[in-house]
Parts: sequence; structure tokens; C-alpha cells
Amino acid sequence: MQSTPPAEVYVAGVGLTPVGEHWNVSLRELALEAIQAARSDAGGLRPQALFAANMLAPALSGQTHLGVLLADFAGLRGIEASSFEAAGASGGVALRQAYLAVRSGLIDVALVIGVEKVTDRVGPAVEAALSMAGDADHEAVQGLTPAAQAGLLMRRYLHESGAPEDALAGFAVNAHANGLTCEHAFLRSGITVEDYRQAPRQDDPLNLFDVAPLADGAAALLLTRREALPGGDRPAVRVAGSSVATAATALHDQADMLGLGAAAESARRALRQTGAEPGQISLFELHDAFAIFAPLALEAAGLAERGQGWRLAAGGQVGLRGQHPICTFGGSKARGEVGGATGVYQAAEVVLQLQGRAGRNQVPGTRLAMAQCLGGAGATAATHIFVAE
Amino acid sequence: MSDSPRTRLLKPTGDVGIVGYGAYIPQYRLPAKEVARVWTGGGGGLPIKEKAVAGQDEDVITMSIEAARNALARARIDPTEIRAVWVGSESHPYAVKPTSTIVAEAIGATPHTQAADWEFACKAGTEALQAAIGFVGSGMAHYALAIGMDIAQGRPGDALEYTAAAGGAAYLLGPAEEGLAVFEGSYSYSTDTPDFWRRAEEKYPEHGERFTGEPAYFKHILEAAEAIMAELGSTPADYRHVVFHQPNSKFPQRVGKQLGFKPEQIQTGLLVPVIGNVYAGSALVGLTAVLDVAQPGDRILLVSYGSGAGSDAFSLRVNERLTERQGLANKTQEYISRRVEIDYATYARFRGKLTLK
Repeated sequence: MQSTPPAEVYVAGVGLTPVGEHWNVSLRELALEAIQAARSDAGGLRPQALFAANMLAPALSGQTHLGVLLADFAGLRGIEASSFEAAGASGGVALRQAYLAVRSGLIDVALVIGVEKVTDRVGPAVEAALSMAGDADHEAVQGLTPAAQAGLLMRRYLHESGAPEDALAGFAVNAHANGLTCEHAFLRSGITVEDYRQAPRQDDPLNLFDVAPLADGAAALLLTRREALPGGDRPAVRVAGSSVATAATALHDQADMLGLGAAAESARRALRQTGAEPGQISLFELHDAFAIFAPLALEAAGLAERGQGWRLAAGGQVGLRGQHPICTFGGSKARGEVGGATGVYQAAEVVLQLQGRAGRNQVPGTRLAMAQCLGGAGATAATHIFVAE
Repeated sequence: MSDSPRTRLLKPTGDVGIVGYGAYIPQYRLPAKEVARVWTGGGGGLPIKEKAVAGQDEDVITMSIEAARNALARARIDPTEIRAVWVGSESHPYAVKPTSTIVAEAIGATPHTQAADWEFACKAGTEALQAAIGFVGSGMAHYALAIGMDIAQGRPGDALEYTAAAGGAAYLLGPAEEGLAVFEGSYSYSTDTPDFWRRAEEKYPEHGERFTGEPAYFKHILEAAEAIMAELGSTPADYRHVVFHQPNSKFPQRVGKQLGFKPEQIQTGLLVPVIGNVYAGSALVGLTAVLDVAQPGDRILLVSYGSGAGSDAFSLRVNERLTERQGLANKTQEYISRRVEIDYATYARFRGKLTLK
């Protein structure tokens, strides 16, 4: 029995493209931009393995086999490369696999690339592709789209918690405020609680500001061992906790829909591995593809009591200088929802925060930060905790 | 100038003018709030106030004939001298059989005439106008008639249903010395840009949502407007009026501002808030509204946009002959004020939105 201790895993570099409607850029070009940025940030480290995260390329671009496609296009022909799909949690799941590879000692440098290209197709085709993340036989076939699921969850949440109809306004206001100063954010406009109240209903009770805009983007990061980190005086960022947990695919098969069981379990495991309590987390990049997932994730992570998560936003505690900063670069609502690339964007954003590279979006005094992305209505949850050393 | 590259400007050998023009807008109006009532429960923003809807007995042929007769009334010429009748539209009643032969017959232009239908989304009408300038300017024809007319289709419930409207205009071109307004030059800008399309045998068009803005409408109109002004050495301040393709109220006002035009230069030709987007007739019927009130010496810039995509730009100068002809046929504003409001159900019946078998 080999007794070598597992390798500690560090982030050597990050890169991300602006999120937006990149009509003149292809899937592979978008990915290349992020890969080049991350490799440059990592002092030119060459990865031995590429882990691609993507959700919609098969449905919207007619492209599977993304790992090799991106490795080849990035000038990495011949390396180990594969792609990972777990709907909106793809990014976190790919990151988890890259983490395991480096931690095992078998891979020295792993590249995680999350990419999503959605604007080549229009509304109904995109909605149909997104719906494939549900249970095809029992949900999608009934027309239960992700927006419809979020609407059901929000209605139930407002009912059970007794929160007012505009309870979630603070989440959209916070996301837009942070997006305003974020260079890579898609929506860079501030909104007020009144704007939220006046917004048209999209999918009752969801209004326009409860729904994150889906857009194109790519983010990449390189993982390696401490000794391979590039020089320089920026803090080293270690992956202190990594976990993927799952629940039932279909919303109606989940015993406690508002409990977001997979999110709670993956956060618990990641915190346990880190040796930290929820209260020690300086910031939390959660997955607000729909606003309702923000309070649910805060509650599942133990940062708020059941049914009380909305009060953190209403009370301004989720802001950059609040007690529990979330969506510090705008989150899915303002940075833009990037599907399977979300988890990689979140991780890159967390690293920028921990290294003091977040510019006007900097959360002061961050040391321990958590990122969590969700697949489907919380069926998959990938949680990672990073620490600055 | 001898060592400069050949001009991008389209300029015929002989100068060409508009010798007659005419609008047609059907009388029925469907308020945008009525579409919102049916499809969104009254919620959401409205891109226009209301749109013009064709009656049950109207189509692009009958409407083209109306506009052509108005153009002839102002031109006061013998229709047998017309050598081309060209109709640009997205809603020709027949897939195979020309609209233009029926129009030519109805206005007495047959048989010694060219006749053809043009297709280029919302700029099919100005495409016909460009060709007519060439036909007359080359000396092949003394008069040529170019029409842009549409009964625009929008899928029920689609964003386009608020604006897809009926109407258009006809222009009779002839030698500059007979013109009420003379073309100083024109320009065409085209790219392969898939922003809006309808495949053969499909009933309703599809569109690329926000893609129809920046890389489509705005890019093409800006390029075309800037190119024609650069070639002619003109600036926005030189024009009394400017008319753009107008798919909604916002786009033409924004593109005008981007180019440096003032709201008062855009206002007269901006009809979309009260008639909707009449597609191939959109920019052309804006121009008839301008010609109805323009004064000798006024310069007018016209820039169309057609999806797929391209823009035609025309620079015109009005002369004293226009003033006496303005009142010889129905004015555009008279058509606009001839208004019968209908509800969504009547609109659905008129436009065949109910499929009974």
C-alpha cells in the first residue's frame, strides 16, 4: 500500500472572457481566449490534461467531443482531454475531476475550461435545450422548463416562509450593483427595488429580474501542486474543499424541494474537508440562474435559517461589504448565466477575490471563499472552497 | 480624382428624378395594447401605438395599384410610356406569378413594359427604386415605376405581431428635368447577415432576437448613411429631412441620433408609431410623408434596411415642381387619419389568423 500523502491542489492561473452576445466568435474561439488568458496568468504552464465543462454544445452547436476539440484548437494536441456535462453544474463537476486528478498525484497540471455558446440559436431552441437538464420523460415532456421549475419553487418559498411578493428584489439589486463595476459582466446597469416591483411578469411569480440572462462566455483555470506555482508575490490559492453531491433529477421526486438537499450536502462535505464553519466563509459565489436559488443556497449552506435567506438580501447583508457577500461580480443575474461554464467563472472570480485582484468589486479581507453551482433544479451541486495562503 | 479608386456611389449616366409618388395605407388600425391584452395580459412595453391592417379584400396587388394610381396622378404622364413596373414585397400573393403584371395591367402600362417582382426582406422596395434609377438613367426607359408594398406577417404572439403592418408607396421615376425631386446619388451596402428570414412555404418569419439590432439594423444603416454622405461630401446638417427603415419607434430615432441627426429632421418621415412596420414599404412611405410637405431646395436622405441584410441610401434634392403636385393625390397623413380601430378578433378574421381547416 502506497503511503504518499495526497497532493495539495493550488490554482496557478485564471482567465475569463467577457460574458455577452458573441455573435462573431465561435465556441472554440471563445474557449481559446479563456485558455490563453489562464495559461498566461499561470506563467505559461502547459497542462497535461484538459477538463472541458459544457452543457449545451450538443444541442445548440451540434458538437460533442468537446475536450479534444478544445485541446487541439488550443495547441495542446495529444494531451489527455475529455468533457463533462452535468447541466448547470458542469463547471463545478469538471473542476472536481481536475482537482481529483492533481490531488491523486497522477497529473501535475490540469486545465479546466468552461465554455457556453448560446446566441447562435434563438429562444425556443435554447429553451428546449435547457429543458433537457430535467427529467425528459416526466418533466420536459410536460413542458416543465427550468423557468417553470423556478416559478414553482419561488411560489412555494413565498408561501412557506410568508415572505412578501417582492422578497427577492434584494438579490437582483445586489447582482446588478456588482455587475455595474465588473469588466466581464453582461448587464452593466444598476436597478432599484422599485424597478424590480415594476418589472413585467415572465413566468408567474417570476418577473424579469428573477431570471438571469443566458449568454456566451468561457472561463478557464489551471490547477497544479504548490511547487509548480508561478513566482510572483500574489497569494497562493489552495483548493481547500471540493465536493459534488446529487439528489433526484426530477423536482417532484425530491422529498424536500426547498431544502436543496444536494447543495446542502455538498456544502457540508466541502466545509468539513476545509475544517471550517459556514460563518468563516468570506464570500459565497452561488448559482442564481433564477433569483429563488439565492436564498435556497444561502439556507442550504447554513448561512441563514430555513425560510429566512431572503432577509439577507433585503437587509443588504449580501453586498460587497455585507456580512455574506454573494455574486460579487454580478452572479448569473448580471455577469450573465453561462450554463455549464458557470462553475468555472465562479471559481475564477473567487480566485480574483482571494488574490486581491477584484478591482472595484473587491470584498475586503477575504481569506476563505466558496463557490457552488447547480445542475437542474438543484439535482447536482458542486461546491468548492478556496483559501488564500 | 483620377488616381482615386472608383466611387462607391451609384450614379447613372443621366440624372434621374421622381416625377410622381403615391402612398397607400389601409384604414384599419390594431392598437399595440390590444395585442398585449391578448398575449401578455396587458404587460410589457409597447414598441408602437398602433399598426395599419389590410382589409379582407386587400392584398399587395390592390394596395400597389392604389399607390401607383396616386403616383400617376401626381406625375400626369401617359402610363403607356412606362417601361418598367417593379414591385418589391415580402408578401406577394403568388409564389409563382408576378404581382407586377397585374399592377401594370390595372394602371394601363401594359403591354410595352418590363414587369418583375423584387424580394429583399424590408428593402425590396428600395431595391426596385435603385434598379429604376439605373433603367431611367441609362436611357433604356423614359419612365419606370418602383413600388414597395407589404402586408407584413408576424406569428401570433411573436414580438413582431405588434408592428407587422400593411402599406407602402409607389415612385414613378423619369429624367431629372421632369423630376419633382432629383437623385443626387445612391448607395447600396449588403452582407450575408441572417437576422430575420422566412423559408419557402413557411407562413411566418423567424428572427434572431437581439441579433436584429446592432449587427443587423444599426450596422447596415450606419454604414450606408455614412458612405453616401462621404461620397457626396454632405453632412447631416445639409438635410432638411431624413427617413430610415422603421421597424419600431426606437430604432430609427436611435440610429438618427448616432448619425448626428436631430429629432426634427426625423419626425416628418417617422410613421411607425401610428402605422407600424410596413416592411418593404416602410422607408418608402416615410418618404411620401416627407414629400407631401417638403419645399423646393430641401435635401432628403433616405436609408432603407432589409434583413439578410442590406441598406440602400438615396440623397434627394426637392425642386419647385413638387409644390404644385403635392395636392394632386391623397397625402400620406390623410391615409393615416382615415382610421377604423379594430380589436384582435377582427384582426384575426381579416388576416386569416384562424385556420378553419
